Amino acid sequence: MDRLSNIFATRKPLIIFTSVGYPTEEQNEQAVCAAIEKGADIIELGVPFSDPMADGPVISAASQVAIKEGMTLPKTIAFAARIRSKYPQIGLILFSYMNPLLYIGYDMVCQQLAEAGVDGILPVDLPLEERDELLVPARAHGLHIIPLVSPLTPEDRVAKIVEGMTGFVYYINVAGVTGARDTLPPEVAERIAMIKRHTALPVAAGFGIASAAAAKAAANAADGVISGSGFVKATAISPQAAADFTAELLRGME
Amino acid sequence: MNMHYGIYGGQYVPETLTGALRELAQTYLEAKDDPAFRAELDDLLKHYVGRESPLYYAKRLSEHLGGSRIYLKREDLNHTGAHKINNTMGQALLARRMGKKRLIAETGAGMHGVATATVAALFGMECEIFMGSVDVARQAPNVDRMHALGAKVRSITEGGATLKDAMNAALREWASCSDYTFYLIGTAAGPYPYPMLVKDFQSVIGKETRRQCLEMCGRLPDEVVACVGGGSNAIGMFAGFEDTPQVRRVGVEAGGMGIATGQHAASINGGKVGILHGMKAYFLQDANGQMLDTYSVSAGLDYPGVGPEHCLLADEKLATYEVANDDEAVAAFDTLCRFEGIIPALESSHALAYAIREAPKHDRDHIIVVNLSGRGDKDMDNIKQYKEKHGQAL
Repeated sequence: MDRLSNIFATRKPLIIFTSVGYPTEEQNEQAVCAAIEKGADIIELGVPFSDPMADGPVISAASQVAIKEGMTLPKTIAFAARIRSKYPQIGLILFSYMNPLLYIGYDMVCQQLAEAGVDGILPVDLPLEERDELLVPARAHGLHIIPLVSPLTPEDRVAKIVEGMTGFVYYINVAGVTGARDTLPPEVAERIAMIKRHTALPVAAGFGIASAAAAKAAANAADGVISGSGFVKATAISPQAAADFTAELLRGME
Repeated sequence: MNMHYGIYGGQYVPETLTGALRELAQTYLEAKDDPAFRAELDDLLKHYVGRESPLYYAKRLSEHLGGSRIYLKREDLNHTGAHKINNTMGQALLARRMGKKRLIAETGAGMHGVATATVAALFGMECEIFMGSVDVARQAPNVDRMHALGAKVRSITEGGATLKDAMNAALREWASCSDYTFYLIGTAAGPYPYPMLVKDFQSVIGKETRRQCLEMCGRLPDEVVACVGGGSNAIGMFAGFEDTPQVRRVGVEAGGMGIATGQHAASINGGKVGILHGMKAYFLQDANGQMLDTYSVSAGLDYPGVGPEHCLLADEKLATYEVANDDEAVAAFDTLCRFEGIIPALESSHALAYAIREAPKHDRDHIIVVNLSGRGDKDMDNIKQYKEKHGQAL
């Protein structure tokens, strides 16, 4: 069984998104390690991009800082390799816009990611229509491509999106960009049940989760809980704040 | 339906936007074949926009240069002062057909913002324009026009605070409200179907030019020239000459302070293949695949990418892409003002600069048509500042 399947088979994982390099590479790495020590199961390593059009203000600003700090895709891959050597069981996903991947070259980047021990790629701006250009090289190097489903995706399209995919399905809770919201929309559970009619893969829910209550609601509806902006904010304060934030979400999921 | 132009174009957007793009493509493909849609658009273009726009022989300019005969396609005479309204009118009709109540748009120089605010007022729709804060400052008259027309203007401070950043902000907004909001993209770029439909709405430029040139000169032009930022006025002009390989199609990119300085906006001449704003195309990028902030004296050309069809035309050498720097564009602006009594937009001045450079190499039998895509009233402050900075007489 591959690493991600193994994680989902044992528990409902907490999946943490980090803007790699924010506020500095060192502090970010400490925060990620602190989150893992607290019990985060999967880490999404966000590659900073100049034009993060799917992200809200928190992650967009973090991206700009990380770029100024000198964070790049090759350095993100090296970061991943260090986390992997320390934590052999943790899930590692590269969360990236397409341009940095294309710039290095899909095959080259997939090879480097596989060598670094990354489990898969979550391409933000790569819908079904364009997916093969990355899916083929990713498969060749044993990487998952994590498919995304939005609240607006019609059911017949959901079926096509999940067909033949591996890893898990990322359900986007709200139409819009990343960032904390007060409540989860009521239809999340229903939407996730609909997705599960079309796939045996686990479905994790993300966008808008930054509190124990939201994590609890998401855990009730989904097979895994994803949190991003809230963690990014905590990371900027201190690794301890990142650990506390992780612990709060895990309390909600108990 | 083909979403790609060779390897370019496509639909590289987050999943959340794919439904809105499908809805738009479907609506457009139906409307395109609906005679009532076409008839209403043509009627508005004639009576509201003021089409057709003249093709004008710039006799004094041509004689001054002493070579080619230069003709100007007067898109600057359209209502709102640029070619942009050809497209906003078409897309606003699509928005109404789809039942959308609100238009959003990105803008650089502000001409597309004004053209969008105009059609929003005409059709009684809400309107919000996304504009980089740098452009808000350097194109203040257009911001005032948008406000006068009832639009909100959201000033974007992120990144380089120009057109690219305005487009990011507009796409984010659209992702959260596409059920009642129509995103009216101003150039022949972005995800499918925008490059296709913007080209179709702008193709009126090339079709008219072809007919007018045949009427006035008894033959086709030797060259048609247009400035290229995202490339909407150029693709519209080129569309009239797709089956006439003897007509050289020339796009002119903004060379800023010179390609070698890195301070420019010439994506085809200085960029690499990349993915942004929903499309694969040439983009100006750094060594890590981050998009670069561009520079041009002309806000409307200040964009690090270019429409996908231009990328394919460039690769296949079906069109030629030249560069004009700031100084050449400003000189061309002055020349047209003084010799023809026409104040051109700084964007269009890049196309003029090429024609001014090229004309003396030919004789009077050689015909160059320059797409005068917009008027320059909006640029007066900008020109003044440029000249003060470079110690030139006003």
